Amino acid sequence: MINNLTDEKIKFLEEKARDIRVSIIEMLVTAGSGHSAGPLGMADIFTALYFVVMRHDSKIPSWPGRDRLILSNGHIVPVLYATMAHAGFFPVKELLTLRKFGSRLQGHPHRDFFPMMETSSGPLGSGISQAVGMAIADRMDNGKSSSKFFYCITGDGELDEGQNWEAMMLAGKERLGNLVVIVDRNNIQIDGYTEDVMPLEPLAHKFESFGFHVEEIDGHNFEEIIESVGRAQAVFDGPSVIIARTIPGKGVSFMERDFKWHGNPPGTEIAGEPPKGDQERIALKELRSLGGQITGDHE
Amino acid sequence: MINANQKLNPKLFQKDVEQVPIRKGFGEGLLEAGEKNSDIVGLSADLTESTQMHLFRNKFPERFIEVGIAEQNMASVASGLSAMGKIPFMSSFAAFSPGRNWEQIRTTICYNNRTVVIVGSHAGFSDGADGGTHQALEDLALMRVLPRMTVISPCDAIEAKKATLASSELGGAVYIRLLREKTPVITTKDSPFKIGKAEIYYGEEKSKADVGIIATGSLVFQALKVAEALKKEKISAKVLNVATVKPLDVEALVSLAKTCGAIVTVEEHQIACGFGSAVSEVLAQNFPVPIEFIGVKNQFGQSGTPNELLEHYEIGEKHILSACKKVIGRKN
Repeated sequence: MINNLTDEKIKFLEEKARDIRVSIIEMLVTAGSGHSAGPLGMADIFTALYFVVMRHDSKIPSWPGRDRLILSNGHIVPVLYATMAHAGFFPVKELLTLRKFGSRLQGHPHRDFFPMMETSSGPLGSGISQAVGMAIADRMDNGKSSSKFFYCITGDGELDEGQNWEAMMLAGKERLGNLVVIVDRNNIQIDGYTEDVMPLEPLAHKFESFGFHVEEIDGHNFEEIIESVGRAQAVFDGPSVIIARTIPGKGVSFMERDFKWHGNPPGTEIAGEPPKGDQERIALKELRSLGGQITGDHE
Repeated sequence: MINANQKLNPKLFQKDVEQVPIRKGFGEGLLEAGEKNSDIVGLSADLTESTQMHLFRNKFPERFIEVGIAEQNMASVASGLSAMGKIPFMSSFAAFSPGRNWEQIRTTICYNNRTVVIVGSHAGFSDGADGGTHQALEDLALMRVLPRMTVISPCDAIEAKKATLASSELGGAVYIRLLREKTPVITTKDSPFKIGKAEIYYGEEKSKADVGIIATGSLVFQALKVAEALKKEKISAKVLNVATVKPLDVEALVSLAKTCGAIVTVEEHQIACGFGSAVSEVLAQNFPVPIEFIGVKNQFGQSGTPNELLEHYEIGEKHILSACKKVIGRKN
């Protein structure tokens, strides 16, 4: 299913990812709170998952044959909401209700409000466990011939939580070929850079020693994203992890690689950053021009 | 006298009353539930035989998952299994599950609205010799505070079996509390059991009495003995067995308060935030009467036999008896 990745298709994906990033900025500005860096950094991977990789039906979100996406780091949910809206699950204009009273789009994922998501999340470290449970259940029902895949998205800082490693041990023990963990390796968490807060390296070796097939990719390169998922799917006898190196805040130059933007929306007074009144305008201008690649009157 | 409608064990007050561990009823119940419904799966955190889940594992190895000593993972894996239509039962010691994995139960099971049955064994002082770390005296509090959680504390092995079977058909999150050591068999297979329903085991439903004892778990036996002892002193008592700690049978509690005018609650658990607290929440709002609480008073446990510990922590028969007299004295 993952082939024929033409230049035209890649251009289509780049434009989708741009639209999703623009929506993320607009959502966060309207909400007045929320996380900027993670959602922007993961926009390319979510675009690849929803527009190429995953089997789903936006008109029948509960279709039993769908692949499952389990979002473990619930705080990046704006990118999930934005991607699902752009993929046709619900109206794009509803994105601006993020974090408001009565909205389906809760600040962290809550299935009571938005059942087309697979899980509620927010407290970190529980996603891989839930994905493992789902993958085991599917194998109980369909044996190893099951064609469903379970994609669990985790942050890197989130891997500080011990429960992840309990879940990885079980995934390795059960040889879950239908499980693909995607780590957002953006190197930041709230208190600083991951290697200062709690070193994770050598992360690939750690996963490998737990029985995972490991892919390390540039999380902004659509060919690498899609090909690595293809290789992970081909691993029949064990779980896979894709360690996706991403740039937090990707697409907005003043946010990129800066942990101060982990938990803040555009429009926040931060020393050394553009004046808060100008941040939204600068961010949207950069995104709409794809970092200056596109010139013209996109604003 | 014993309420004949409840068809309790006729040998209840005899010296040779049969004694069976409550956890055994769970093991047998899960096996039977598993035979009826192929969606039922079992998860264990390295305590499969201790929690009696080995009966299910031996019969249905392909529906059993050994997660190792990892209670947090077990709770969320169970949530994932439930998301795909399974009915997971996850067992460990209550001190570790829900003791260790409360947040995983809150978020991935209750908040996610999943069907998972959490089985906490060796609760209270039933794991006497192991000492205080292993004696869960806080589990009812941890579980009853969670929205969507049903909490069941069976009084004997037969009731535990019925609770297990009923939980397998209920849907939603359920916590079942089990004890390790043998305790007297109070009920029979013909005794009524329904989740959410409390039953009068001693005295008559509508009749008046001097005091109402509301008990949960194996201490229902001690409560019954106290009612029998009080009768010899010409004090009438009624005993209500509350197997479902949440949701409480409000009607039965209020009816008991109205007919007795004074209440003693009995639990093998901290008084704070526990079963008695839950009862008092109901009665304070609906029919306030004097209440005395039998339970652990803000202390941790220690090594000893269960009976030594019940005595030391003042939750045995003689303490229930004096609480009854005290609360009667508080009536206007």
